[in-house]
Amino acid sequence: MKHKEIEVLEDILSSNARAAAELRRRLVERGVLTVNLMSSPGAGKTTLLERLAERLVPRFRLAVIEGDIETERDAERIRAKGIPAWQIQTGGACHLEAKMIGRLFPELPSELDFLFIENVGNLVCPAGYDLGESLRCLLLSAPEGDDKPKKYPKAFRTAQCLILSKADLLGLLPFDPERAKKEAREINPGLEIFSLSALTGAGIEDFIAYLLRQRQIITGRHA
Amino acid sequence: MHELSLVAGLFEVLEEKAGPYKPAKIVAVKLRVGRLSGAVPELLVTAFDMYKKGTLAEEAALEVIEVPVSFRCRTCAQEFEVEDFVFHCPSCQGSDLEMLSGTDLVLDKIELETEENSA
Repeated sequence: MKHKEIEVLEDILSSNARAAAELRRRLVERGVLTVNLMSSPGAGKTTLLERLAERLVPRFRLAVIEGDIETERDAERIRAKGIPAWQIQTGGACHLEAKMIGRLFPELPSELDFLFIENVGNLVCPAGYDLGESLRCLLLSAPEGDDKPKKYPKAFRTAQCLILSKADLLGLLPFDPERAKKEAREINPGLEIFSLSALTGAGIEDFIAYLLRQRQIITGRHA
Repeated sequence: MHELSLVAGLFEVLEEKAGPYKPAKIVAVKLRVGRLSGAVPELLVTAFDMYKKGTLAEEAALEVIEVPVSFRCRTCAQEFEVEDFVFHCPSCQGSDLEMLSGTDLVLDKIELETEENSA
């Protein structure tokens, strides 16, 4: 037997990274702003998507990909708003991967402005996987506590935008939005931060303006 | 726990890189894991030991090299490591930083054995 040492130095997520880069290229080329929504379970991702659907349609064309371990519930909620939605049931996996999105790509409407991908509720594993998104938005809801950014540094570091959700509960809970913002910005100084309530709609217009601006910057398409 | 998916990716790279040497077996695998990679070294080893059964790496041990989170300050060029996830420069307090390491999930080295007469 001959012993050999091989120096490799290759990222073990390189096959996901390649699939994601190809997806991003094709989506941007079509003029689609793709948003990967990440949060812990119950932070209000689906409710936010329902509010966005009410405000953006029919001016813009939306599609949603829902990731959950089980059930079709979230996709049904989105379809009830008249938006095409696909449910990926991961069957136990704690995150989505680029190839899962790639398999759905041929089914997406050819005329599309925004694709929202609602990741599996989890602040750990989804952070490791590029899905071909142009924007990664994290939701942190008031009931979760303002101490979360440093507990989940990778998620906060890799996002471009943070939404402090369930803002209608501020004042009822010992959640200090300034502390959450400060912690998040210590990890990621460039983070855009919004505070909104998907329930009452307060603050949502600022977030929509941000999405429209980002779509213009990233895809070069105007409203 | 997404370490099993990560190990599946590791095996993809392992097959691609070790395959051309036509190994009789893979005896050791070294993986660089950043402190901000989101992966837990201990769980990676467990996942590797589950995944390797029935493969050429069945007898291989996974060695994890932990990589600190380090930055270079774009304002004053200071290089530094962080422990506590407060990401600003210790000398000029600047926050315009270039990350040098810390998110690594990199297959560093493979040790394998080949039959004497093969390539």
